[in-house]
Parts: sequence; C-alpha cells; structure tokens
Amino acid sequence: MKMKGARIVIETLIELGVTDVFGYPGGQVIDIYDEIYNCSDRINHYLTAHEQGAAHAADGYARATGKVGVVIATSGPGATNLVTGIATAQLDSVPMIAITGNVSRALIGKDSFQEIDITGITLPITKHNYFVNRIEDLSDCIREAFKIATSGRPGPVLIDIPKDIQNAEYEYEVRPVPAKFPNKQPSSSSIEKAIRIIDSAKRPYIYIGGGVIGASAEKSIIKLAEKVDGYIGCSLMGISAIPTDYERFLGMQGMHGHYASSMALSAADVIIAVGVRFSDRATGNKEKFATSAKIVHIDLDFAEINKNIDCSVGVIGDIKESLSEIISGISQKNNTEWHAQVAALRAEEKSFVKRTDRLTPDKVMRIINAIKDADTPVATDVGQHQMWAAQYCSFEKPRKFISSGGLGTMGFGMGAAIGAATGTGHRTVLITSDGSFGMNLNELATAVTYNVPLTIVLLNNGVLGMVRQWQTLFYGKRYSNTTLDRHTDFVKLAEAFGAEGIRTSNEDEFRSAFKKAYKSGRPVVIDCIIDKDEFVLPMLPPGGSIENIIVDTEGM
Amino acid sequence: MSKFILAVYVDNKFGVLTRVTSMFTRRGFNIDTLTVGETESPEYSRITLSMSGDGYARAQMINQLRKLYNVKKVELLDEESSIHRELMLIKVKNSSKFRQDIMTAVDVFRSKIIDYSTDAMCIEITGEPSKINAFIEILKPFGIIEMCRTGIVALERGSGSILTNDQETE
Repeated sequence: MKMKGARIVIETLIELGVTDVFGYPGGQVIDIYDEIYNCSDRINHYLTAHEQGAAHAADGYARATGKVGVVIATSGPGATNLVTGIATAQLDSVPMIAITGNVSRALIGKDSFQEIDITGITLPITKHNYFVNRIEDLSDCIREAFKIATSGRPGPVLIDIPKDIQNAEYEYEVRPVPAKFPNKQPSSSSIEKAIRIIDSAKRPYIYIGGGVIGASAEKSIIKLAEKVDGYIGCSLMGISAIPTDYERFLGMQGMHGHYASSMALSAADVIIAVGVRFSDRATGNKEKFATSAKIVHIDLDFAEINKNIDCSVGVIGDIKESLSEIISGISQKNNTEWHAQVAALRAEEKSFVKRTDRLTPDKVMRIINAIKDADTPVATDVGQHQMWAAQYCSFEKPRKFISSGGLGTMGFGMGAAIGAATGTGHRTVLITSDGSFGMNLNELATAVTYNVPLTIVLLNNGVLGMVRQWQTLFYGKRYSNTTLDRHTDFVKLAEAFGAEGIRTSNEDEFRSAFKKAYKSGRPVVIDCIIDKDEFVLPMLPPGGSIENIIVDTEGM
Repeated sequence: MSKFILAVYVDNKFGVLTRVTSMFTRRGFNIDTLTVGETESPEYSRITLSMSGDGYARAQMINQLRKLYNVKKVELLDEESSIHRELMLIKVKNSSKFRQDIMTAVDVFRSKIIDYSTDAMCIEITGEPSKINAFIEILKPFGIIEMCRTGIVALERGSGSILTNDQETE
C-alpha cells in the first residue's frame, strides 16, 4: 500500500513489535507525530520533559524488559539532546533505536534552521547509524537497524530521516520480523582448553557482567558454580543476574565492590569471566590484577578478548552455548579449602559494619529490600548512592538493577526509572541523590503526567558526595565546588510538580515513608537526609590494586 | 613496534570511510598511510592502511575494524607474502647546474619525468616506500618544490584474494 514516509516509520515500528516509544515533538518530526496521532490505538507515545529524559527512558525500558527501546526526537537540538542517552546505551550494550528528523535534503549542508549532522556526531557512540537518503530504503533501513541493535552484542542505532523523506510516498507492505544475525558458536579448541584450565582450579571464581543478563544465561552460571564448586562475583552491570542471597554469590567486585568478592577474586587460581569487559573500575591497576589466576574469558564480542586483560583462553561465541559445552565437559569438584578461605573473608567483611543511630545509606537500602517485591526494578543515578545501591540492594530476578555503568551518567535515573516502570508495568524504585536528581528532575513532570508508580529515594547530603570522597581522600580535603549550597526544598519541589514529597531523617520515618510511597502507586519523592561524610567503602583507590583496599577511613 | 599493512573490504557506500576513520580517533589509533579506491566489485571499496605498532595494537586494530557493520573483511598483509607499492609525484627545481644529475637519478630509479619547464621538473615514481624515501633523499639537494605521495597499496602474492580467504578471528 502506498503511504507517506512518516507513516512507513510507524508501520515498520509496529511490524517489528514496538508498542511503546518515548520522545519529544518538533518541526522536523511533526509528520511522524501526525502519524503517531493516527496510530495512537496501536502504539503508545510517552512525552518527556526533555529529549535526554526520553533517551534514558528508552534505555531503561530496554534494560528492564529486554525489548528494544525506541526514542524519537526532532532535528538540531532535539537530536543533540539525545547524545548522552545514546552514549549511555552504547557503553552498557543496550538495544535502542533513536529516530531523528532532519531538514529536507535540499536544505542539508546549508546550515539551515535546526540542521545538525547527527549521524556524524553519533558515529563513535552508536553501534551503527543511518541517514535515509531515499524513500525506497526507509522501511528496510528501520528493519536492518533493529537487526543490528538486537543481534550479537546489542547497542544503539540511530536513524536520521529528512523531512522530505517523511513526506514522500512509497509502497509499504508488512514483513515478518527479520531473524537476528546468528551468534558465533565457540570453537571446540577453545572449549577444550577452557575445560582443561577450569578442571585444574582449586579456587575458582566466576566473574559475570551484563553479557550474562543479555544472554539470559543466569541459570547456566549457577550450574557452573555448583560444578566447579566455586564462587560468583559480578561487575556493576552483572548485578541482579544472580539472586543476592544465593550462597555462592559474593556480590560486586572492583573499585567499590564487596570486600569478600574483591579479595576472593584476587586469591582465585582460575577466573571464569563471562560477559565482562574488565573495565578499569573493575580491575584497578591491570598489572596487579588477579596475578595468581588463569583467566578463561567467555564473551560474545571477539574484540573484548585480550582488550583490557590478557586471558589464558578466550571462548568467543554464544554465551549460553559456551557455558553449556563447558559445564558438560568439566568434572564435579569439591574445594573444601576454598570454602574455608571465602568463609573467613566473609566474616572479615561483616566485622567492618559499624553501628550508629543516624540514618545511614545501608539502612535505607535494607528497608527498601524488606518492603519491595521481587519484580520491582531499582534504578539509580550515578555517584555514591549508586554504589550503596549496588552494594546493599538485594535482588531475586535479573534485569531489576537499572544503572549507568560504563558512561556513569548523572541524570540517568529519572528517565530510566520511568522507562523501566512503563515497560514492566510494575512499581519502580529510583535511588538517587541531590546531585544527580538535580540534573534531570524535570522528568518528575513526566512521572506525574503518566502517573508512574515511582518511589524516588533521594539521598540528600548537600554535597557531590563521590567527588567529595575523592577530595577527602586524595586532594587534602580541598572541597572545590562540591558543596551544594542550594536550599532546594525537595518536598515542596515534588508538590510543585504535582507529585508527593516526604522528608525523613531517621529509620522509622524512612520506613513508614517508603511503605506509603511504594504502595501509593504514584510518584513520590522521599527526601532522605544523610550525613555529608558518609563514605562508599571499601574502596580501591583509582589505579590501585587489592593491597591498597581502604575499608575504614577513621583517622583519614 | 613494527610496521604492518591491512587490507580492508568495506561497503562502497556514502560515509563508510568516515566510519572507519572515526573509529581510529575514538580508539586512539595513529595510522601512517591510508588509501581507498574501487575494487573488482562495485559493491565494495578497498582500504589499504599502514600503521606501526606492537602485536597488541595490531590485534586491536583488526578486531575493532571487524566490528564495524560496513567492514566486510580485514586482512593482514605481511611483507613476505604480499607486494606493496606507492606512487609519488615530485616537483624539483630545474637548473643547468643540476639538470644532468636529476636525469641520472630519474634513470637509475626507473622513474619518469612527466612535466618539464625551464625552471622545474615533475617526476613520477612508483615502488616500495623505501625506494621512494631513498629517491626523495637524492632529490633534496636539488631543491624539492612540492611532492605528493599516494600511500601504500598492497596485494597478496599468488592466486588468493581477501574475499576468498578464510577469516578467523581468534
């Protein structure tokens, strides 16, 4: 059937199974929005306060559901406002489609009003991108973009569509959803080598990242852990893959990882790394990283093998398949000494906990854990509160921890939480702080408009805590521009947006506020006053190694 | 650190060269030469690039190139199993004092004078980069006005081709 390019965009999205899009209208996407108006019974559009919020929402939607997140923005500033959101998705391998309008082809290259080369700008932060030059290519281009975004290691793909292409008419017919590019199967030689190394392990440590969640290989990891009789640790991106209370799970390792997890990794003789990229935040000084261990690196992306850390063997290919072949090839182990060693580390970790009467971040997280159900996505912003959430929040199911790992995007949380809540249809918690919340708090408007069941726990310490922590530890307490003398009343602010606000400064207040907010099914901001000198501990100093681990800052 | 040459088959589409070079910037690769042109098949262009680096840099370059959607094939062309050529146009001052010396150099290096005027000569030379470097050294004392090098193009020896060879990423 013949139809306008703008309609082809919407029809192709629907054909590909898209039910929800996030975005913001503007001059060069007005035709696409006209078709959204026409098709509003088949596709939901969520209007955000700012394009960045829409991009983070699409990202959070994708992380929480495993589906593709779609965001639409106009040309020029609309498109550039997506950039941080696209880069966030790229660094965390999130499948996302960003559709931007552009000026008509005749006006391209003339510095026309709101014209920007968004394909040029997003080249290094997308998996791939398109400038649609011919109406004939439009629907296939969107199909191909989906295929690229979802195949192999996922990532964001941007499609820039000039206005005259949106207005041109062309034939469209519904096609079946294209199959993904097949994942490579691991080579038998790499599997055999991996099996030999794993069979030799007496102190095995399985180190998992976002790739495990992407591959839905969580159960295989548990099987592997049982068979090698070892422990599991994760990167920030691997959080929620393994139930927090699983006996072999030690939690996140790395710069702010759990003590027992980081120490066990450094004591291991074999590290089975699955779907991780060994980021500098996870390894510290690479020269001193896990020096006693042989590393088996299993990843879908061949380019990750030997990129950051040299491994003994790289198993390249489908993660589930690789794990299944390895599990069936290795023998059942019993590592009694290793259990004793890890039990001692865990006991040591427990001894670091200090008792105080004030409301501390770990208490906040434990109260949240006790009240939230297993299906609740927990989104975070970036900074100290993010690390506390990573350390103390408990999870039972994968895709429940929504956090910007690679890019570390302050301001990610509001959009991402809205995306996660609308995608899952479930009550959602955002853990944020006065610093991060300040970056995109305008999305509170979006949460109110769509009555999103979102409990916003705002850890308010009046400072940019993570930078302040570095300034305290490494910059002689010279607090350059990290003290926020803002006098923002977050309760009144929430009310001004049409949400509810509650201030809490002790455990009981917080518990009753959180219960009330969580059950209310609408957006509530809980302003949670904490001390400005709460530290995220343990800490491996940047570029340091496990010997430099800081577990206590008394006297510093 | 050693020099190496990569042959890269890419889709012959608008913007593909930018995608490749943008990746170099993003990953911090510094290349020595890059040439791009049509191939036997209109669908593809062939990029030949040379760069210096250790084994790690070489592996990273190959892997990151292979990740680009428009890159179809990447092959390392080592010195023994491939032939390398570069073309240079070089303009030198023409004077009665040096004319004969320049002519002799042109002859010995089997190059060609392609433009001649009373005060300048333009010479075309093809060969391995080392030969071209040597030729420049010879001409320097006579006064080089300007020069232009194409960068290296290279093909594998024998009957194999980059598109038919197996690609193993491990």
